[in-house]
Amino acid sequence: MAILTANSPTRPARSRGRPAPELIFGNLWPFDPAPETADPKLRTEYGLFINGKFVAPRTGRYFPTINPANEQKLADIALAGAADVDAAFRAARRAQETTWGRLPGRERAKYLFRIARLLQDRAREFAVAETMDGGKPIKESRDFDIPMAAAHFFYHAGWADKLEYVAPGRRIAPLGVVGQVIPWNFPLLMCAWKLAPALAMGNCVVLKPAETTSITALKLAEIIQDADLPPGVVNFVTGAGEVGAAVMKHSIPAKVAFTGSTEVGKIIMRSLAGSDKKMTMELGGKAANIIFDDAPIDQAVEGVINGIFFNQGHVCCAGSRLLVHEPVAERILAKLKARMKVLRVGDPLDKNTDVGAINSKEQLGKITALVKSGVAEGAQMFQSGCALPAKGYYFLPTIFSGVSMSHRVAREEIFGPVLSILTFRTLEEAVEKANNTAYGLSAGVWTDKGSRILKMATELKAGVVWANTYNKFDPASPFGGYKESGFGREGGRQGLLDYCRLV
Amino acid sequence: MNAGQSASFRRLFDQVGPVDAVGIEERAAKFTTRSIKKASKLWGLRTAVSMVDLTTLEGKDTPGKVASLCQKAVRPHDDAEIPPVAAVCVYPAMVKHARRALGADAKVRIASVATAFPAGQTRLSTRLSEVHAAVADGADEIDMVINRGAFLAGEFSEVQDEIVAVREACGRAALKVILEVSELETYDNIRAASFLAMEVLRDGDFIKTSTGKTSLNATLGNNQVMLEAIRDFFLNTGRAIAMKPAGGIRTAKQALQFLVAVKETLGDAWLNNRRYRFGASSLLNDLLRQIEKEKTGAYQAPYYFTEAAESY
Repeated sequence: MAILTANSPTRPARSRGRPAPELIFGNLWPFDPAPETADPKLRTEYGLFINGKFVAPRTGRYFPTINPANEQKLADIALAGAADVDAAFRAARRAQETTWGRLPGRERAKYLFRIARLLQDRAREFAVAETMDGGKPIKESRDFDIPMAAAHFFYHAGWADKLEYVAPGRRIAPLGVVGQVIPWNFPLLMCAWKLAPALAMGNCVVLKPAETTSITALKLAEIIQDADLPPGVVNFVTGAGEVGAAVMKHSIPAKVAFTGSTEVGKIIMRSLAGSDKKMTMELGGKAANIIFDDAPIDQAVEGVINGIFFNQGHVCCAGSRLLVHEPVAERILAKLKARMKVLRVGDPLDKNTDVGAINSKEQLGKITALVKSGVAEGAQMFQSGCALPAKGYYFLPTIFSGVSMSHRVAREEIFGPVLSILTFRTLEEAVEKANNTAYGLSAGVWTDKGSRILKMATELKAGVVWANTYNKFDPASPFGGYKESGFGREGGRQGLLDYCRLV
Repeated sequence: MNAGQSASFRRLFDQVGPVDAVGIEERAAKFTTRSIKKASKLWGLRTAVSMVDLTTLEGKDTPGKVASLCQKAVRPHDDAEIPPVAAVCVYPAMVKHARRALGADAKVRIASVATAFPAGQTRLSTRLSEVHAAVADGADEIDMVINRGAFLAGEFSEVQDEIVAVREACGRAALKVILEVSELETYDNIRAASFLAMEVLRDGDFIKTSTGKTSLNATLGNNQVMLEAIRDFFLNTGRAIAMKPAGGIRTAKQALQFLVAVKETLGDAWLNNRRYRFGASSLLNDLLRQIEKEKTGAYQAPYYFTEAAESY
């Protein structure tokens, strides 16, 4: 039988001297703008949320939060000082000792269910606010961030009256007060990941959102008020690194939970060395997406695209290194380039936007510098040729081929829409390259062979290994890292264990 | 199945590669989230009208019914800006009536489902003589069914030989090869069968999802498998095969989603009725209704649209 596909090394059309056939992804059928128009209901100024009320910061200072898609100011956010953080922790301790810690689980569940339902009721409004504050495409905040955040509250509400089954054979007790610091890539979702298990377990919380994306946490505070949660159970303090440090170092919390960069994670761990605080850290990643030659190629390409360009690559588990089996490397590269031609980069509020705005000017600078280093080190760069808006922070989806393990783009976490492609010859080489990193948060394996999936899942040092898919999350599934990607798990029974004491 | 047959299956799958069902359905679902508004919606709706193979395939078809279908095909609505559909699709016995209704050099083409549609379970000579007769009566396009029994038994050369025989019988008429995806069952099989067919087709011939006579017809999933097969085949050989999803596409919204899949998989060169068709009947009036809605801002009652009978 004749060879049917591009496996064939000689391309008949080309060998006859005709130009290689090409697909045209032009402007024959342009899409009209389709902006999401729901009102995000923003205030012009947000105070700190302490003891159930929005209060002015004792510092008297505010900082602007801007929309990275057009650099316009959205609101002024209170800048917390040490005294504010202290007040928040005191309120949390009082609530934990007098109300929340004493409530039976089934009562706490009612509050969590209420938060989840209120969040669903206001899903569109929250999605728009999330997109405006963070730059992510509306279709992601609408279809992923907000529904998943609600799902985490629902899931943990379900646990709250069944906590005796979290650690069978042991009795458990809440830790008390926990301090939490979350990043800017999934502002509301990370908030839900942190709050829901802590609250279900009977802990009270002081949480600091990232300084560029405080709005949805503060909108969640409105929901917390509406849900009639006892004052002090959840407190939000806003500001940059110093506020985070104050939350982490405060003497009241029995545990601190941090999601963010490995660099900051290390600083926190150093500062807490010697204390008896419990810690969980969910840090950076440099995940390998590994494609074998028998993989379903088009679905693998789609998974790679989803793995690296989801949320502009601002994902700690982003599949930022692509390891391709040599026999299919050329074919995969061609298909990736073709797929990138139909990615739509632009206004995050447009429902057809696939890749939105980079979260901040700072992050854009970091991505630009790392991409420059990739070019300087000799990797071949390809960018999709989409026109970018004049204002705002944008970066074109970028792939590097011909990358080797010693290139900076293959070693450092870029946290942007930049993919580095490496090749391998054998399974052992793939494992070796995938594990040759300081990180170990996630990995992806693409193959039609089941036994190979199981072998890879065993050998890869990563907290999550996705097989023939990527970036799949569920509240019931624990998430967390190996090595410098951190420790502790979030989600599932394992996640709850990190918020309790075994007695 | 003997050893040779099972080896031929393995060889074919190795050559064309597998399809992951979950992955391709996720990809297809993304097309449904595209928001098509205003001018782009109108363009899409009009283009979809021009791609319709207006179909009637019933035992109760009469020359009169076919004649009125032809009138509808030429002029779908009062609005003269709305283009005629691509073709009418009828049983072979109705071809001469369609030709009489449309005239000798009509813009609207006549397609006919020859080859013992929909089962194809007659001897090849019978199927071929049906094709000859339909072409002689004036059919511009022949929609054939593949031999699913032979495919599932691993007799791939038999499948291909029959397609070649029908292609020869078509003469200058275009050929549409119906894979009948619901009987092939898996995406792997659909992809493999697409390649088998394309391998022996001419530029501008079609592969088509289904007859519309079984439980499952065109879906975004199997449409996507076939579009990707067409794309891979084109990039490898330079031969542009056209595509026709058929059955199950009843609303304008669905049609736009299928067109988005075409736009983002095969690109601009396939966004016309030489390369893409909809095998449908009730779809046409929904497209017209949506076009009117875009223009006037209000939905019109069904009785403002002709031929709104249930069988459409």
